[in-house]
Amino acid sequence: MELLQQLINGLALGSVYALIAIGYTMVYGIIKLINFAHGDIYMLGAYLGYFAVSTLHMSFIPALLTAMIGCAIIGMTVEKIAYKPLRNSARIVLLITAIAVSLIIEHGMATVLVGPNPRPFPAFFTQHNFMIGSLQIGNFQLINLSVAIILVLILQFIVYKTKTGKAMRATSFDMEAAQLMGININNIISVTFAIGSSLAGAAGVLVGMMYPRIDPYMGIMPGLKAFVAAVLGGIGVLPGAMLGGLLMGVAETLTKAFISTRLSDAIAFSILIIILIFRPAGLLGKVTREKV
Amino acid sequence: MKQHIRNSIVFLIGAGIVYAILAFLIETKILNDFYVQVLMIIGINIILACSLNLVIGFTGQLALGHAGFMSVGAYTAAVLTMNFHVPFLIAMICGGLMAAAFGLAIGIPTLRLKGDYLAITTLGFGEIIRVFIVNIDYLGGPRGLPGIEKHTNYTWVFVITVLSVLAIRFIINSSHGRAMISVREDEIAAEAMGINTTKYKVAAFAIAAFFAGIGGGLYAHLVRFVDPLTFNFLKSIDYVVFVVAGGMGSLTGSIVGATALTLLPEALRLLSLAKYRMLVYAVLLLILMLFRPQGLFGSKEISLKVFSGLGLKRAGGDK
Repeated sequence: MELLQQLINGLALGSVYALIAIGYTMVYGIIKLINFAHGDIYMLGAYLGYFAVSTLHMSFIPALLTAMIGCAIIGMTVEKIAYKPLRNSARIVLLITAIAVSLIIEHGMATVLVGPNPRPFPAFFTQHNFMIGSLQIGNFQLINLSVAIILVLILQFIVYKTKTGKAMRATSFDMEAAQLMGININNIISVTFAIGSSLAGAAGVLVGMMYPRIDPYMGIMPGLKAFVAAVLGGIGVLPGAMLGGLLMGVAETLTKAFISTRLSDAIAFSILIIILIFRPAGLLGKVTREKV
Repeated sequence: MKQHIRNSIVFLIGAGIVYAILAFLIETKILNDFYVQVLMIIGINIILACSLNLVIGFTGQLALGHAGFMSVGAYTAAVLTMNFHVPFLIAMICGGLMAAAFGLAIGIPTLRLKGDYLAITTLGFGEIIRVFIVNIDYLGGPRGLPGIEKHTNYTWVFVITVLSVLAIRFIINSSHGRAMISVREDEIAAEAMGINTTKYKVAAFAIAAFFAGIGGGLYAHLVRFVDPLTFNFLKSIDYVVFVVAGGMGSLTGSIVGATALTLLPEALRLLSLAKYRMLVYAVLLLILMLFRPQGLFGSKEISLKVFSGLGLKRAGGDK
């Protein structure tokens, strides 16, 4: 029973990692960039949600939408300013640029915009716990899971059923060929950043609701773990990011519950390393053979 | 071949002169303790950046766990001097060897991976080393290890920095170094030419880990306190930033990059911009990457060639 309980908690946390990991994987799939600033977009989402509730007195869904739209705009702006000029340079240069952007967002928030002190995230709902047998399920966890599922379904619809989604898949398959087919690469990259960032923004609001304490550096560790989740599932593969996120969440919760709180990060990374040694392209990634 | 030995001699002479000037400034107290501390940190960062450049810049493997090796060296050396009263130099070398052993142990399974997978795995190992230190009570756990004796002074830092840079330079200019560079340029072609690419990748990784361990030993005996948080992945990323900002594949670049980027936050602190120093640092880094993506030096080195090249041109003109 305890195990089942922890599994539920793990899935609730994992769904948040999955939302962030999807953004990593989408951006990686298209421009092969590890967007280190993605964790900070998630942090900005939490802050946007915070201001939407505390200053504009919005309810849950408008606040969530505000955070998502705000993050989408920020994500696109970051891409236009920082990544677009470097599209043809070495990948590590892009990586360092992403790190610089991440530092700018964190320290910009901490020094200029909101200050370094943590703030309490206002509650949207009062907390209820439902009992199913001896299992305890909180309404926050339910909301969390259902929002994540709805967003992932919408994403699936966009990627696999719309024209834009088709163009996105084509671009990630072969950017130059897609361009020759008349796809506007710049727009598609912008759309990718917008979708990925909005999911991170939603994750920010959801986490703010579950753990009501937000600060400018809150994005670092979840960002890193979501990145690990994306790699675990096979970076560039959408279902892989979801699977990886859920796995990371469950692994972390189970370790905390049954082994040791202090070891939870090490175990997450150990799982990653073991899986990569046996499946070097991640769980769902395809191994591509390099040809000369 | 002769050329680079001559360059090394000139480098040593230059280093001697720089050392004499520094020693004069420090002994006459023109540079106060704060500056001396910053200078020593710069030296340590130069060791770390140059060794990481061997992996990232010359062998072309993106490794994000350098601070992990530094922590192995720091803890090993600190425990040896504190609990076993081993002489400082030997303790430091043991720290380096221990870090190199970790480098081998981590490198052999992971260097089969490529690109971003390698990056995240090395990052993961760096974090795992850190978490394990947190869980070992003998090493102080999360509270860290206080009361390390102070052994590091500017002479130690200077001599070891110069020797490390020279050693890395010699490796790069040797046939092994050229094999490493060939792995960076085209792994498949290198393999086709009979180069054991895995061997050279692991070698570069272990050598870099060795120097990181030495740097860690210096650091532990300078700050006299180590804790696991000092060596988290942000620190690893700092070193990657030094290497890329200076120019991958240029030791001169790593030296200048490490120096400039260590000085910059300290200078901002003095300019009473302490609060904004990380912000300014990040903005300058972004600007550097946008306008000079190959880093300050690209893959060029400052060497006598620049001058002899000028001479040759003049001689050519006479013809």
